[in-house]
Amino acid sequence: MKIIIVGCGKIGTSIIESLVGEGSDVVAVDSSPAVIEEIGNIYDVMCVCGNGADTETLLEAGVSKCDLFVAVTNSDELNMLACFVAERMGAKHTIARIRKPEYNDKSLDFLSKQLGLTVSINPEWMAAKELYNILKLPAAVNIENFSGGNLEMVELRLKQESILDGLSLIELRKKYNAKFLVCAVQRGDEVYIPDGNFVLKSGDRIGITAQTSEIQKLLRMLNLMQNSAKSVMILGASRVAYYLAKRLINSGNHVVVIDKNEQVCEEFAAQLPEAVVICGDGSEQELLLEEGLGTTDAFVALSGMDELNILISIFAQSQNVPKVISKVNRAQLASLADNLGLDCIVSPKKTVSDVLSRYARAIKNSQGSNSIETLYRLMDGGVEAIEFNVSKEFKGIKTPLKDLALKPNTLIAGIIRGRKSIIPGGMDEILAGDRVVVIVAGQQLIDLDDILR
Amino acid sequence: MNRKMVFYMFGRIGQIVGALLLLPAIVAVIYGEHTQLWSFIATAALAIAAGTVIAACCRTKNKVIYAKEGFAIVSLAWICMSAVGALPFYISGEIGSYIDALFETVSGFTTTGASILRDIEAMSKSMLFWRSFTHWVGGMGVLVFVMAIVSNMTDRSIHIMRAEMPGPVVGKLLPRGRDTAKILYLIYIAMTLVQIVLLSLGDMDLFESIVHTFGTAGTGGFSVKSASIGAYSDYSQIVIGVFMLLFGVNFNLYFLLLIGRFKTVLKSTELWAYLAIAASGVAVITLNILPQYSDFGSALKDSFFQTSSIMTTTGYSTANFDLWPSLSKGVLLILMCIGSCAGSTAGGLKVSRVVLLFKLVLGEIKRMLHPRAVTSVKFEGKAVDKHTLNSVLIYFAVYVFCVVTAFLAVSFEPFSFDTNFSAVLATFNNIGPGLGGVGPYGSFADYSGFSKLVFSLAMLMGRLEIFPLIIALSPTTWRKSR
Repeated sequence: MKIIIVGCGKIGTSIIESLVGEGSDVVAVDSSPAVIEEIGNIYDVMCVCGNGADTETLLEAGVSKCDLFVAVTNSDELNMLACFVAERMGAKHTIARIRKPEYNDKSLDFLSKQLGLTVSINPEWMAAKELYNILKLPAAVNIENFSGGNLEMVELRLKQESILDGLSLIELRKKYNAKFLVCAVQRGDEVYIPDGNFVLKSGDRIGITAQTSEIQKLLRMLNLMQNSAKSVMILGASRVAYYLAKRLINSGNHVVVIDKNEQVCEEFAAQLPEAVVICGDGSEQELLLEEGLGTTDAFVALSGMDELNILISIFAQSQNVPKVISKVNRAQLASLADNLGLDCIVSPKKTVSDVLSRYARAIKNSQGSNSIETLYRLMDGGVEAIEFNVSKEFKGIKTPLKDLALKPNTLIAGIIRGRKSIIPGGMDEILAGDRVVVIVAGQQLIDLDDILR
Repeated sequence: MNRKMVFYMFGRIGQIVGALLLLPAIVAVIYGEHTQLWSFIATAALAIAAGTVIAACCRTKNKVIYAKEGFAIVSLAWICMSAVGALPFYISGEIGSYIDALFETVSGFTTTGASILRDIEAMSKSMLFWRSFTHWVGGMGVLVFVMAIVSNMTDRSIHIMRAEMPGPVVGKLLPRGRDTAKILYLIYIAMTLVQIVLLSLGDMDLFESIVHTFGTAGTGGFSVKSASIGAYSDYSQIVIGVFMLLFGVNFNLYFLLLIGRFKTVLKSTELWAYLAIAASGVAVITLNILPQYSDFGSALKDSFFQTSSIMTTTGYSTANFDLWPSLSKGVLLILMCIGSCAGSTAGGLKVSRVVLLFKLVLGEIKRMLHPRAVTSVKFEGKAVDKHTLNSVLIYFAVYVFCVVTAFLAVSFEPFSFDTNFSAVLATFNNIGPGLGGVGPYGSFADYSGFSKLVFSLAMLMGRLEIFPLIIALSPTTWRKSR
């Protein structure tokens, strides 16, 4: 599997990291010699220095034989051009990052078609969607949707003296009669795929799959329910902030956006007149308090600097803001922030590399029958949740789950049949046409058959 | 410093060297040489056992290495490999002193081909095989070999490749370091096999064909005859002459040929510069030595062979060039320093560096004429960044400094100036024979133990391009990480 990545910025680097980890042959292209040298030092990839839309450069990168071509430079236009050229030169699939709002409206379909793009990605938009989902259900630290939108995977942090402390999963099921499945637990640096005898502890981060309605019920029973945020304060008028504010305002919430740059503020206010845009230094605590940090339901730090986001989030937490989310792009800083008590961290980088891993595996699986529908990495990348389309050829079809010989560290966490989603028990069966959510740790699944021994 | 990873790699190399020692053991079985057989098996057992223990003790999850670990791994591996590789010579008693055996092995692994042996024909076949086999292994690099066969060594193998592969810039042919190492070795093995077949069609028997091919492929130059290649027919001489030139070409170009990018190969500045230097060397020497020869053909043949041999830093000889006129000897000494292409198995400064240095000088002259001129050095159709140019200049400075130091260190010896000076150049550039006492029919045997150690160090420095050894020997590199 040969993949060319053009543009080795934050997003590009994280894509390279995840794809190299999956065993693909990656060629990195960037126009800066210093950047490309650093990439070559850290990852086992081939490096080509040059303009990603230049045919000479692409030829050197071996574009005619590549399976997937990804353009994620700073410039949307360069990405589009690079993908267009690559597609004409023989790249099988092309993915471009297109993030300007003006391209991301009705014209996107037209553009994608004309350029021969397999898909376009907009990390800021994806991050905004993720943030919005969390703000709707503030008890969760992370929420992922599977197709159809009915089944959800929710990550919760068990607080100190949680009522779940010391309960095994069997007891949990008996005590709370709800349809849910604890499918992954992170404790310290270790990630477990638990069985019924697994005992929960305070401080664990647990992943639960359940129907959307059941999750509300469960959270209420666990006294974890927090009302969805009605007023949100956002630090930094970035693109993510724009997409998030737009969603929030459309569903009737109150949004305050703070940014230092006057011009950025003016543009933001022009695009979204309903938002309250404050031009001021968001790192000044006085300003935050004046603008109502003490009364807001949620605080989201989306400035371009990870460090500022972390520090101001800690401050917001100290002011007892019910929900604090920070955008942290660098993985090392994210785990540091976690240690400092910020458990809700969103990284556009990670979202994008999940999507690309899914495409890469789908291409690898082009001969296989059970295609991948969605892929998420959970618990800091220790666990993957993958949704497969089940075809007639699946070897475990129409067999009760208790009779299926699964590999260790795999779990069937949900079955989606039409518009119904099932939290599976031992007697349930997988049928052709279903979609199945598999949780897996420590291995790479390309086909659904891979879960069987 | 990730010491565990350094020693883990080191252990793995011990195992590989042990395994490689079993090849000459097979030769010893074939020729019924029992003492030699046991010396090989004992050394192999020692290397494998020690390697396994070290690798097991230093197994670590943290496989992250940086440039300094790469340098340390490579230098440590080369030093110890030579120390272990010398044991069979010493244990079997074929080379009386350990320092001599060490010199011979370093000379082998670094593809120098300088020898302390006076009577080569008296050596046993298996020892001669091992001596030449070290050329073959050392030519493409032991760690590149390890990379090709050990899976999941580390994601950052580029640092090891960079430390072991010669040339100012080391690039990958394929996205994965391991695949790159594999393809390099496949090309290497294929060319080696072709040469063995061609040579065995001539007047060499299979053993001689194999041994001489090893010497050619690694651009080493150990022969099994005192008269070197001069003892064989014109056909063998021409085959070896051509193949030496071929092994002096950047291997990346062969890969580009394989994937059909002929145009890129034909546009290679380094290739053309290499061929042009070789051609002018042949022309000057042919005309210069013509009076000593009866006909033009044999003068051309000898000058071609010698130019090819010296420029690719191999060191085979068909004629005693020590008896040639001064101009020819001067040309040969210059060719020794230039060496062959980067990314080949040869030593020397490398043609690419010489071309860059030349362009830098031209640029500087232009800048003196037009003080505000903005100059850009282009190589292989691309502008070369300041960092690379700077490192080329510094490499040249360090190279001169090291040669001068080594020359001073051996000047205590009671030999003539040209013997000492050419000996230093011949070892530092990994050629083998020099002029005067160390000429093609001479030997390094008369030098003192101290000088032999100096030469051994010079050979290692020349092969690893100086910096890895300096970095590995500096104490700050080894500062312990918590």
